[in-house]
Amino acid sequence: MSTVFIAFQTNEDTRPIVESILADNPHAVLDEQPAMVKINAEGQLVIKRESIEERIGRSFDLQELQINLITLSGNIDEDDDQFTLAWKN
Amino acid sequence: MDMKANKKKLGLKEKYAHMTRGLDWETTYQPMDKVFPQATFEGIKIHDWEKWEDPFRLTMDAYWKYQAEKERKLYAVLDAFAQNNGHLGITDARYLNAVKLFLTGISPLEYVAHRGFAAAGRNFPGVGPRVACLMQSIDEIRHAQTQIHALSNYNKFYEGFHAGAAHQIERIWYLSVPKSFFDDAFSAGPFEWMIAIGFSFEYVLTNLLFVPFMSGAAYNGDMATVTFGFSAQSDEARHMTLGLECIKFMLEQDPDNLPIVQKWIDKWAWRGIRVLTLVGMMMDYMLPKRVMSWKEAWEIYFEQNGGALFNDLAKYGIKVPDCITQCTVDKEHISHQAWCTFYQYAHASAFHTWLPNAEEMDWLSAKYPNTFDKYYRPRYEQWREMADKGERFYNNTLPMLCQVCQIPMVFTEPDDPTKICYRESDYQGEKYHTCSDGCKHIFDDEPEKYIQAWLPVHQIYMGNCWPEGTDPTAEGFDPMAKVLEWYHIENGKDNLDYEGSGDQANFAAWRGAATQNT
Repeated sequence: MSTVFIAFQTNEDTRPIVESILADNPHAVLDEQPAMVKINAEGQLVIKRESIEERIGRSFDLQELQINLITLSGNIDEDDDQFTLAWKN
Repeated sequence: MDMKANKKKLGLKEKYAHMTRGLDWETTYQPMDKVFPQATFEGIKIHDWEKWEDPFRLTMDAYWKYQAEKERKLYAVLDAFAQNNGHLGITDARYLNAVKLFLTGISPLEYVAHRGFAAAGRNFPGVGPRVACLMQSIDEIRHAQTQIHALSNYNKFYEGFHAGAAHQIERIWYLSVPKSFFDDAFSAGPFEWMIAIGFSFEYVLTNLLFVPFMSGAAYNGDMATVTFGFSAQSDEARHMTLGLECIKFMLEQDPDNLPIVQKWIDKWAWRGIRVLTLVGMMMDYMLPKRVMSWKEAWEIYFEQNGGALFNDLAKYGIKVPDCITQCTVDKEHISHQAWCTFYQYAHASAFHTWLPNAEEMDWLSAKYPNTFDKYYRPRYEQWREMADKGERFYNNTLPMLCQVCQIPMVFTEPDDPTKICYRESDYQGEKYHTCSDGCKHIFDDEPEKYIQAWLPVHQIYMGNCWPEGTDPTAEGFDPMAKVLEWYHIENGKDNLDYEGSGDQANFAAWRGAATQNT
């Protein structure tokens, strides 16, 4: 199984996003680096719009992730409700 | 209270379909193959361009919206950095030499990438990749501009920033390394460009350039660089996805594409890895506070992440490039070999160098237990001894360059780190030299391309690197001084050691002034 990852700038916009990802993906591992927070996960990582909205108290468009995104790895599948990164092997 | 807004008119998938399809047309008074003359000569067969899908499903309206927000954030930070004398908050002005190398060596590549993606977008007959290439082309010019804007603040205070991103890339010996990489890619066809830049550079390698290095910039207090770096990197995630999508698309369209794609992956992985030698050196030697070693970054971003990628591509028949065996050996050597080279040629470089201090050498020993103490520490100790006696070592002979990657022949044999590695090929009665099996292989596959290389050392010896009107027969003619003049390197200011430089003195004085009233 290969590792996927996603990294964001460390800031107030991304804090609830990171919290949501960690809550929705119990197998994910947090790696905090200077100015950057990286989340590693075996096989797959799912980011759910609803989980983020619950935390920020407003509607959220998953494309807003782009603003603070630093890097990612894995095949992407994105629709209105969730953003998935996966290595299917 | 608040009115409940209506549900969005279109879902992401529908919106993407509407805004990236049906935008083109079949030509009538010219045949399509004349309108897209570069679409077939590389041998890549595409049967259905409609199968192209951007996984991010980004459309032009959303693109402008999010890019505008990124720009606002970035320029707010740059203003704050300039207004608050942010340059005095960096760890040590030595750090700025990495930034000089970035501005002169990397920012110009962003501009060429802008042109290259504009050309690729023009040359692909499919509308999906054309929209994606258009966005990437705009991203890349944004990166060039924001990098130049962010770093121009340093030009008010420090040496070596004056020539900026345009002049030196065409001239200086070590900048021909990144330049030739992009020249090689841009002079290929659009599909090879996509593998070279979209896949190899963006997907496999930019993580190594931007992520640990930018995190390092943050660690060293350089808010300007980290902000443009991460702002650019937020686009890179999209570029990586485009590179990966492109490679999968080619492989899915026709089985005949596999050997061509494999050849390009092998070539561009090696080309890119050679260019990254400069980044390895920046991470191990040029950041006063270090985040991780080059070797560690290589293991995370290339071995682990690249490994995951190649596992994923195995189902198409793609194999891990052959050069990986050599890279596994090289990861413990190249950053040291590069810094040793720049130390010896500090008189001909547009930034300062220095010898690692005792604490830094201990860090390097710990990070490179197999190689540093054995091969490199003794060299630095010897140079330190010479410098202390007033005999600072400069190498005044110009080195032979690799005909492909254009790096001086400084790398060693994979099985013997005490022996310089070089390979030789014959072509049309001439001998050509390369630095490795990887570069020789690339040369032998397309010698007619690489014999045209503009090699800085050859050009200096041919007398092509002096200001116009220089008379080399004049009394007291100093070729090196003339070359520096032509480079726009101010001798004694921009080059030589950091110890004793204007940057060092000014930084100490200004930082002192920032904390005292006298």
